[in-house]
Amino acid sequence: MIIRIGDNIISSLGFTTKENYQAVKSGQTGLRFYGSCLDLPEPLRASFIDKERLNDCFAAICKHPGNYTPLEQAAILSASQAAEEFGIDLSDPRVLFFFSSTKGNVYLLNEKESGFSRNHIYLWHTARVVAGYFHNPNTPVVVSNACISGAAAQIAALRELEAGRGDYAVVTGVDLLSKFVASGFQSLKALSTEVCRPFDVARSGLNLGEAAATLIYKRAPAGDKEDIVLLQGAIRNDANHISGPSKTGEGSFLALKAILENTAAAGDLAFINAHGTATSYNDRMESIAITRAGLNTAPVNSLKGYFGHTLGAAGVLESIISMQALRDGVVLPAYGFENGEQEYPLKVARTISPAEKSHFVKTLSGFGGCNAALLFKKKNGAEY
Amino acid sequence: MELNISKYTYINQLFASVNGKKLVVTGAPEKGKFLTALYRKLNVEYPKFFKMDTLSKLGFLASELIFENGKQRFIPREDGVIICFNRSSSLETDILFQSSLEPGNFFPSPSVFVYTLPNIVAGEIAIRNKFLGETSFYISEKFNPEQIFSAVDIAFQNNKTNFVLASWVESFELSCEVFMLLVEKKTGKDAIPFSIKCITELFNNEHLYG
Repeated sequence: MIIRIGDNIISSLGFTTKENYQAVKSGQTGLRFYGSCLDLPEPLRASFIDKERLNDCFAAICKHPGNYTPLEQAAILSASQAAEEFGIDLSDPRVLFFFSSTKGNVYLLNEKESGFSRNHIYLWHTARVVAGYFHNPNTPVVVSNACISGAAAQIAALRELEAGRGDYAVVTGVDLLSKFVASGFQSLKALSTEVCRPFDVARSGLNLGEAAATLIYKRAPAGDKEDIVLLQGAIRNDANHISGPSKTGEGSFLALKAILENTAAAGDLAFINAHGTATSYNDRMESIAITRAGLNTAPVNSLKGYFGHTLGAAGVLESIISMQALRDGVVLPAYGFENGEQEYPLKVARTISPAEKSHFVKTLSGFGGCNAALLFKKKNGAEY
Repeated sequence: MELNISKYTYINQLFASVNGKKLVVTGAPEKGKFLTALYRKLNVEYPKFFKMDTLSKLGFLASELIFENGKQRFIPREDGVIICFNRSSSLETDILFQSSLEPGNFFPSPSVFVYTLPNIVAGEIAIRNKFLGETSFYISEKFNPEQIFSAVDIAFQNNKTNFVLASWVESFELSCEVFMLLVEKKTGKDAIPFSIKCITELFNNEHLYG
């Protein structure tokens, strides 16, 4: 168990957790249609971080902004803002850094004269640049587990803190869009040019999005403040296909089973925040896994209709928004959802509704057959 | 908890060994053909091998050498953990994919794109062996025995873990190698103790002199 003590989201919907949460709660989406962008031959619907605002905000905290790529700037700004809430000094050797990004600065492969050293194409270097900005002495842990990376980084943080290897964990997930990533997903025919519709019977594909998001955790015991804790995390593989989800939802089901073992939390779920990418296969697979795990009576949502799929940031960003909702006592609707499938019916949230219960589950799935599940809880009185 | 390295293997573009013993691989005089020759030598029927990128080929071959004659696989099981590490993520395939995005010569291939994630190699091993347990991929600047030790050690703190397949698997520019360890709880007479020192020594023996 580790305790949330700070967070931040930088996305198309804002530069703070509060801005993002308010935007989601009021039903806004950051997804826009672009007839042409990123030098792509096809149109794209995606969500982008406001780069001018990123520039301005970063220049306000850093004297040499030109030394950092936009991705590094977004990650640093996000970690820096997350640290403010608890007033934590990120140079402290007891602070460990966990970095989640699927493609890092991959856009540099396309630039002959970027002005950045070649090292910036390496994820370990990017993570080091971020931790180094704060003069943190520890080597950052870099996870690269496709789209579950943001959950895998939180699980790594949970394990390292529980093992006593540090007192605080800064978990930052970040991915920006590039011709590389967008054309890859286009080649897979996975993208929709409409706003995606997670779990809807008429869903037709996913949208991509940009984000940097940071969660800061503290090792137990909890303080007096109202806290949200990460109780459990598990990763399981489908052992089925490198780019297609399992037809039985095997890995996702096993991950759900693993986090709910030996707890009564299954009966106390305010909601499940699913991966819900709005591809035909993913959402079907998740419906099967949730049903097999006996959780189909819990409300389900997906945040992809607000942000798109933010790849390495998704696990962190969606955990933060869900924590806010849990604390706020609401289930957020799955933007874009109208009618569910008949075969594996889930209680997908159409409108905002009150949530009395104290836990939520976050799931993610990714290429390579990997699936992750996280179990969070809000503090009730003098618990733990 | 007593952990042992029950088997280890090392493969690069010219050389393969199991438990420190060099394998004789015939029909591979040229650089670049060695992995295919090793695949032929293993005598396994797995045509998907030819679709893999080099990173996945390395991981696949190493896991075949580890589990050759083993009874541990092909039946779905959740008690094994696959943990991989490398320096360069999937950059080799990233550059190949990027080269298909040139204006006027834009032909992105989905079968290349899926390999632009390093953890695909862990997925390939899981699929081949029907391992449903955790698969994780970490990136570090260089081979880091402390990090490998720590990740394996933590994986065994879950009492359902019976074995961990840990590997350093790298394919970019001049580097092409995989070093894979099978770590288990059970102790045997000749078993190698699982320690940072042993990981370092076994890797150095193969990497430097292999």
